[in-house]
Amino acid sequence: MKDENILNMTALEVARAIRSGDITSPQATEAVLSAIEEKDGELNGYIRVFGDRAIARASEVQKQIERGALDYPLAGVPYAIKDNICTEGIPTTCGSKMLENFIPPYSATVVHDLERAGAVSVGKLNLDEFCMGSTSETSFFGPVKNPWDTTRVPGGSSGGAAASVAARMSFYAYGSDTGGSIRQPCSYCGVSGIKPTYGSVSRFGLIAYASSLDQIGPIGRDMLDCAAALNQIIGKDPADQTTIDTVPIDLSAASEFSGKGLRIGVPEDFFAEGIDPEVEAAVRKAVHVFSELGASVTSFRLPIARYAIPTYYIIACAEACSNLSRYDGIKYGYRSQNAKSLSDIYVMSRSEGFGLEVKRRIMLGNYVLSSGFYDAYYKKALQSKALIRKAFDEAFVKYDLILGPTAPSTAPRIGESLSDPLRMYLSDVYTVLPNIVGLPSASIPCGFDRNNMPVGLQMIGPYRSEQTMVGAACLFQRSTAYHLRFPEKRGEDA
Amino acid sequence: MIRMTDIHEAPPEPASIGAEQIEYLEQLARIRLSGEEKERTARDLSKILDYIEMLGELDTEGVDPLSHPVTTEPVFREDKAVNDDRRDAMLRNAPEHKDGCFKVPKTVE
Repeated sequence: MKDENILNMTALEVARAIRSGDITSPQATEAVLSAIEEKDGELNGYIRVFGDRAIARASEVQKQIERGALDYPLAGVPYAIKDNICTEGIPTTCGSKMLENFIPPYSATVVHDLERAGAVSVGKLNLDEFCMGSTSETSFFGPVKNPWDTTRVPGGSSGGAAASVAARMSFYAYGSDTGGSIRQPCSYCGVSGIKPTYGSVSRFGLIAYASSLDQIGPIGRDMLDCAAALNQIIGKDPADQTTIDTVPIDLSAASEFSGKGLRIGVPEDFFAEGIDPEVEAAVRKAVHVFSELGASVTSFRLPIARYAIPTYYIIACAEACSNLSRYDGIKYGYRSQNAKSLSDIYVMSRSEGFGLEVKRRIMLGNYVLSSGFYDAYYKKALQSKALIRKAFDEAFVKYDLILGPTAPSTAPRIGESLSDPLRMYLSDVYTVLPNIVGLPSASIPCGFDRNNMPVGLQMIGPYRSEQTMVGAACLFQRSTAYHLRFPEKRGEDA
Repeated sequence: MIRMTDIHEAPPEPASIGAEQIEYLEQLARIRLSGEEKERTARDLSKILDYIEMLGELDTEGVDPLSHPVTTEPVFREDKAVNDDRRDAMLRNAPEHKDGCFKVPKTVE
């Protein structure tokens, strides 16, 4: 089979083709590696690519599959992983000069899970430095480009992950989502992704940004791929005490999900001032598809949404300034060569090792936690969090799913957001709410704007409602073709 | 580990962020900004804090702060060591080490 035909398959199709002997895992891996070779010079989605190492791993997995020793649903399929997830013996940089030469002495729990499942890693993906950004421009290793239009950003912080899936440089990928870092790049790049219920996936070995918000999740070409990818990494982990028991998603049930009786709520507050009219139109049209498929759709008010961004940035920066205090130039990471005293090592290593956005968030975190301000900011944010939880609890009595836009606009041009951080923060206005209270959320492609840039539909569900969310998303994708378009077809479709 | 309790100065008054506040935050964060970075950070933080102030209008009277929305039960395990001795592996990432220890400049004169 030609590389091109292999690359056009979904991850589950590749897995089936490997099982049936139509192709081999090394063949699929070679195809992905050539696509990376061809495109990533421009896109910069990968920080590190495993050439021979990936082929060797694929050959080993292939033998196990042929022996019948591996029957996981995605065995042998090449994937890639965001470079804030620790891989033993392989540099894990978090997109920062601070960790440029950091080689983790252990692997994240999800990496062990993936090894067991016969997944083949082809590389580590680019991201905003320490995930602090919504455009993948703050990486020490240079900005990632959007495969649909390389003058635009892919979103962030999992921009490398979303770009790699969109550009067919990986069959599926894992990112992490603290305030939208999986869903917003999925929206900008026209791919699907899930931010699972907080605690479904172990954070052990995920480099911490804001621990109460961080969650690892999958990005794929369609929701079924995402569900299969999520199933590989869920479960309770003694190394992460916030993990919960999670039931895997039933893929065949998801493929047969019916919209009849599904109760959908649409918060009108998500269409307030600031949303691009083309995004609004695409999202409303997508919601209408659900009502045509038998779901009941109701508009409702979610006024607490107004406080999402302030609540998020207080909590995220407070946790970040504490989490990032570990980078002291002593135990690992960058140490300034100019430092003479111990105190110099701390200050100079941090000042030289962190980029400006990271410094800004650490300082903002210090500000909101400092004595005299703690009650006005941090405590207030935790009270707001309680009110957000209450608002969702009430909404989920009436609705099975909440639908709305993933981001207020399509992908902006490179450089536009860097000059105005507040504007960049506001691009996460719809995605931060689920993180604040730990709810599962997903983004799927639901249209294109006049520049042919993808629009994303965000789904938010009650705790552990991934089965329903994936089912509804699969139903949408069986009825529409947005997820089937990819950047190379741009000319033909336009 | 950087201990925030090392710093005893009284915090400045809340206002838009000026040079004095930036200096205080630099101490708290153990970060030293360049002249240009200082100006930009003061401007950006003022703008962000202005926006965040909006939270003040939210009525939170009698609302208990919420920390853990999903996991509420404390998790216990046996008090038993499960890790091996991996000292050398852990030291491999240290910028400087000597005789199985992290190496730092003299801390006591």
